[in-house]
Amino acid sequence: MTKINYITHDNQTHTIDVQNGLTVMEGAVQNDIPGIDADCGGGMACATCHVYVNEEWLDKLPTKEDGEEDMLDMAFEPKQNSRLSCQLTVSNELDGLVVNIPSKQV
Amino acid sequence: MIKKDVLIIGAGPTGIFCAHQLGIIGLSCEIVDNLDKAGGQCIELYPDKPIYDIPAVPECTGEELTTNLLQQIKPFNVKFHLNERVEELKKVETRWHVKTSGKQEFDVASIVIAGGVGSFEPRKFALKECEKFEGSSIFYSIKDKTVFKDKTISIFGGGDSALDWAIELSNTSKVNLIHRRDGFSGAESSVQKVKELNDKGKINLYTKYQIDSVSGENNIKSIKIKHDDGENKEFKTDYVLGFFGLIMQLGPILDWGLNISKKSIEVNTENFETNIDGIFAIGDICTYPGKLKLILSGFHEGALAARGCFKYAKPDEKLRFEFTTTSKAAQERLGVKK
Repeated sequence: MTKINYITHDNQTHTIDVQNGLTVMEGAVQNDIPGIDADCGGGMACATCHVYVNEEWLDKLPTKEDGEEDMLDMAFEPKQNSRLSCQLTVSNELDGLVVNIPSKQV
Repeated sequence: MIKKDVLIIGAGPTGIFCAHQLGIIGLSCEIVDNLDKAGGQCIELYPDKPIYDIPAVPECTGEELTTNLLQQIKPFNVKFHLNERVEELKKVETRWHVKTSGKQEFDVASIVIAGGVGSFEPRKFALKECEKFEGSSIFYSIKDKTVFKDKTISIFGGGDSALDWAIELSNTSKVNLIHRRDGFSGAESSVQKVKELNDKGKINLYTKYQIDSVSGENNIKSIKIKHDDGENKEFKTDYVLGFFGLIMQLGPILDWGLNISKKSIEVNTENFETNIDGIFAIGDICTYPGKLKLILSGFHEGALAARGCFKYAKPDEKLRFEFTTTSKAAQERLGVKK
């Protein structure tokens, strides 16, 4: 189990034990963390699992695949530290990861 | 009022194939979709991207899949009502009356919701003050390009719509193209063309910039954009166009009294009927234990929902199970009987 910190838009931190191999998106959806819609179910076909990753974690994440940046163009208020949480697979290296959930997805 | 056995909401692959299954068992239907063409997410999100998990089709694009499905339902002459969204639903004795945004009215025995993840709407600027200029100075689609002639237009986005309109409007207008990063998701040839036009001074390209503020009274006078490193630029503009793709919203369906769980409609797995008799839900929009959001699951769900519709359309008849290979009735309906 790996600890992932989800900070919702109202500034509440939800620290969740997520099984390695699941994605950050799945960790949120399975634990009813508000603010991650994941309409397409993890297929990188929408941008509704958009999160802002805390700067110190950016280098530790898997690099973006081609389609992710294209989808992020369609996200709500994308920034340089934007990622799609369905593309972030949880592993020991991500223990303590902090992601901020935007005020809305659509 | 259009009288049919079934109304299908959503012209994606699941909705189209359900129309086929209805046709095979002799039920009539029409299809409503908010988009301007059939195909749903396949056409809107990934027309050129290959799909590898359609049974017996090793590889096809979203567009090919749609074309083939439309070909497959041709014998049934199914009418599509595009650019229309279903707004109102009313039960009248044993039938359903449905009204669309285009004021079309249907009288049907049952309804199949194949609405994917909702109807597609353009994504708008996150900036609150943009709302009051929407429709006057800010647009998310273009109906009449002549209004932009000899004006200054600021286009936001990096996909095909943004690039194509930047190129097109640069012939008659002063065009600024603003995108949040250096890369573009639009076609490479369009990206090259935009860069050429930028070099020639026909388009002003600003990358790694996003909108910061807009100002003006009734119409926009100027906008401010902000670079990733914090630097601001302000310039005069007459119109602002935003092309950020489409988002999906369930819309009025949410108010129909259906059991909804996590933005999906709960159904049984016997015939994909919802908690309301005569209303079925199939494809990405439905949920049940073990639901997979695959096109092939949508086909299966559509086949069963079509049979579920039968008892509402023809309460006095019994549906007999038949194969298209051998059924004379099915072959007649397909127009292939020799």
